[in-house]
Amino acid sequence: MLKNILFNRLIEDVMMALTDTPNRSKKIHPHKFLMWMGIGSICMMFAGLTSAYIVKRNQANWEDVQLSPVFMYSTAVIILSSVTMYLSLKAFKARAMQKYKNLISITVVLGLVFAYLQYIGFKGMANHGVLLLGPGSNAAASFLVVIIGLHVLHVLGGVIALLITFFRAFRTKVKSYSPVPIEIVSTYWHFVDILWIYLYIFLYVAR
Amino acid sequence: MSTEIALGAGAGLSTELATEHHEHHEHHQSFITKYVFSTDHKMISKQFLITGIIWAFLGGLMSVLFRLQLGYPDSHFYWLQDVLGKFWVDDGRITPQAYYALVTIHGTVMIFFVLTAGLSGTFANFLIPLQIGARDMASPFMNMLSYWFFLAAGLVMLSSLFVETGPFSGGWVAYAPLSALRDASPGSKSGMDLWLIAMILFVVSSLLGGLNYVATILNMRTKGMSMTRLPLTIWALFFTAVIGILSFPVLFSGFILLIFDRNFGTSFYLSDIFINGVGALPNEGGTAILYQHLFWFLGHPEVYIVLLPAMGMASEIMSINSRKPIFGYMAMIGSLFAICILSFLVWAHHMFVSGLNPFVGSVFVLLTLLIAVPSAIKVFNWLTTLWRGNIRFTPGMLFTIGFVSLFISGGLTGIWLGDSAIDIHLHDTYFVIAHFHLVMGVASMFGMFAGIYHWFPKMYGRYMNNTLAYIHFWITLVGAYLIFWPMHYEGLAGMPRRYYDYSSWESFKQFAELNRFISTVVIITFAAQLLFIFNFFYSIFKGRKVTTKNPWGANTLEWTTPINPGHGNWDGEIPEVHRWAYDYNKDGREFIPQTEPVGADESQH
Repeated sequence: MLKNILFNRLIEDVMMALTDTPNRSKKIHPHKFLMWMGIGSICMMFAGLTSAYIVKRNQANWEDVQLSPVFMYSTAVIILSSVTMYLSLKAFKARAMQKYKNLISITVVLGLVFAYLQYIGFKGMANHGVLLLGPGSNAAASFLVVIIGLHVLHVLGGVIALLITFFRAFRTKVKSYSPVPIEIVSTYWHFVDILWIYLYIFLYVAR
Repeated sequence: MSTEIALGAGAGLSTELATEHHEHHEHHQSFITKYVFSTDHKMISKQFLITGIIWAFLGGLMSVLFRLQLGYPDSHFYWLQDVLGKFWVDDGRITPQAYYALVTIHGTVMIFFVLTAGLSGTFANFLIPLQIGARDMASPFMNMLSYWFFLAAGLVMLSSLFVETGPFSGGWVAYAPLSALRDASPGSKSGMDLWLIAMILFVVSSLLGGLNYVATILNMRTKGMSMTRLPLTIWALFFTAVIGILSFPVLFSGFILLIFDRNFGTSFYLSDIFINGVGALPNEGGTAILYQHLFWFLGHPEVYIVLLPAMGMASEIMSINSRKPIFGYMAMIGSLFAICILSFLVWAHHMFVSGLNPFVGSVFVLLTLLIAVPSAIKVFNWLTTLWRGNIRFTPGMLFTIGFVSLFISGGLTGIWLGDSAIDIHLHDTYFVIAHFHLVMGVASMFGMFAGIYHWFPKMYGRYMNNTLAYIHFWITLVGAYLIFWPMHYEGLAGMPRRYYDYSSWESFKQFAELNRFISTVVIITFAAQLLFIFNFFYSIFKGRKVTTKNPWGANTLEWTTPINPGHGNWDGEIPEVHRWAYDYNKDGREFIPQTEPVGADESQH
C-alpha cells in the first residue's frame, strides 16, 4: 500500500518535471545543480578507476598489499570535518558569524590534516617495503597511489573552496546573506567525505 | 516568401530601434571584454566555431598530405619538402614517421577539436539560451573557461607539430604500449606528452561546457517552455552533454593511469616488453587491454557526442524547410534517449579481436545491433517529414538531406561491423574507415554545415552566399561518396588501415589506381571546403544583410530576438512560450511561432 503511494508520488514528480511549466520558486539553484552534476562526473572518474582495479585484480601477478593503519585515523578526521562543516553551515544560516568563522577554520585545518595523514600513510607503507611506484612496482600498490592521491587532490580542491568562502565572510564592503555558495561547498565537502569512506571500504574489501 | 517579407517590414523597423538602444546600452564594453574574454554565450559560440574551422582546415590538410602518399606512392613532391621541412617530407616523399603522425593527429583533431568542440561547442552555446528563452548560460564564467581550456588544448596540440621528434604517431586511440613507452617510437617521446596534456585540457573544457549545457536546459527555460515543447536541437544537445559528462571522466582515469605508466614506472598497461635497442623492460603484470576498455568506454559514446547534435539540427532544419511538423516528435526524443543509453553498453565491439571472450562478444553484438532500432526510427521520421513537404532547398536544407543520406549509407555497414563474426574479417581494414567516416565523420560535418548555413543569419546578421554554398554542397556530397564508397571494396579485400605503402603487397597492388582516384577526389573536395571558408569569412563582413527578424519563417524563440541581439538576447521581457516548436502549415497558416497563444478555434496539437 505504502509502496504504491510512494511509487505514484515518484511518477507524479517525474511527470511534473517532464511536462509541467517550470516554476521558479520550487527549482533548485542552477549553481547547486551544477555541483550535483559535477559530483556525478567525479563519481564516473572513480567508477572508472575502481572498475579498472577490479579487472586488474582478477588477472595474474596481483600482490596483496596491506593498507596502512593510518588511514583509519584519516577516516576519523574527515568524518569529523564533515560534522564541523555541517555545524558551520548551520551557524551561517543563524547569522552566528563568529561561530561560523571558527567552525570553517576548523574544517579547513581538518582537511589539511587529512591530506597530511594520507601522505603519512603512504610513507609508512613505503617504509614497510611496499614498492608504490617505479620499476618493479606492482599495480596493486600503484593503484592505491592513483586512487587515494586523486581523492586527496579533490579534498585539497575543497580546502581552496572553503578558504574562498572563509575570506568572503571577512569582507566588510559587500555583505552576503545568501547561503548558496556555502551550501554548495558543504555539499562538495560531504561528497568527498562519503567518497573517501566508499574508497576505503572498497580498497579494504576488494584487495 | 511573400508573407515573410510583409511580416518583416514592421519587424525590421522595430528591431532597428532596438539595436540602436542596445548599442547605447553596451557602449562601455571594450574590445577585450566583447570579443576576447567574453561571457556572452553567442560570442563564445563564435569563438568555438572559428577555432573549429581553423582546426578543420588543418585536420583536412593533414588528410590531403597522407592521401598524397597513399595515392601517389612513387611521386616526389620536392616543393612540399621546401614548405614543410625534412621531418615531414624527405626526398619529395612523406616520411613514414610523418605519415603515422598525420593520420594520428588528423583523427584526434577531427574527432575532438572539430566535431566535439567545434560542433557541440558552437551550437550548444549558441542555441541553448536562444531556443529555451534564457539570457545566458547557468554559469557564463564557466562557459568562458570552457572555451579557453579548449583553445589551450588546441595550442598545446599545435605545438606538438613542431617538436623535434614530431607529434604523437600511435593512432588517435593512443593504445598502450605505443603511447606509454617513450622509446616505442619517435612520436611517443615529447609529442605524446603534449598530446596527453592537450587531451586533458580538452576533457576539462568539455566537462565545463557539458555541465553548463545540462544545467541551463533543465533550469533556465522560459515560462511555458516545458521539456516537451523544446525544439529537438535542444534535446539532442542535452543528451550529447549528458553522454559527455558521464564518459569523459572515465577517459580521464585511463589517461591518469597512462601518465603513471609513462612517468612513474608503474605497470598498469605494461608487461613483458622488449624494445629493440633498449632491451627488456622491468614492467610486469600490466595489461594493455585495460587501456582499451577505459578508452572505448569514452570512445564509443564519443561517436554519439559527435553525431547527436547533427541529428538534432537536422530535425529542426528539415521541419522548417519542409514547412511541416517534424514527424514523430516524441519518438525522436525516445530514440535519442535510447541511443544515449545504448552508447554506454556497446564499447567492447571495438575490441572483438582483442582476445575478448566470445560469449561477452555475443552480448555486445546484440546490444550493438539494437542501436539499429532507434537509428531507423530517426531515419524514417526524417523521410516522413520530407514526404509531401513543401520543400525549400536552402543550403542548410540540402546539407540536412545530405546528412540523412550519409547516415543511412554509413549506418548500414555498421550492421556488418557490429557482428563479431564478420568483424574478424573486416576489423582494421578500409571497410572500417569507410564506415565511420560516412556515418559519423562526414555526416556530422554535414550537420555542422547545415547548422552554419541555417543559423549564420542569426549569428552575424548577414546571409552566406547561396551560389557558393550550392557548389560547396554538391562537390562535398559527391566527393564524400567517391572517396569513401570505394574504400568498402578495399576493406572487403582485406586491405588494412594505417599502412604506409601498399605497393609491396601482391594482394593490394590491384588497388593502386583506385587509391590514386580517391586521393585525387580528396584534393578536389578539400579545395571545395576552401570555398566554404572564403564564403564564411567574406559573408561575416560583406554578406547580404538580414532585414527581417525571422528570415526562414521559423517558430523557435531565437527568431524573436533582434537581428543583432546584445548580451541578454531580448531587449524587453523574455517571451513566454505557448506551444511546441513545430506548428507548420497548421489550420491554413504557414507557421505559428512558439510565442503565440493557442487560439480558441485552433485544432488540437
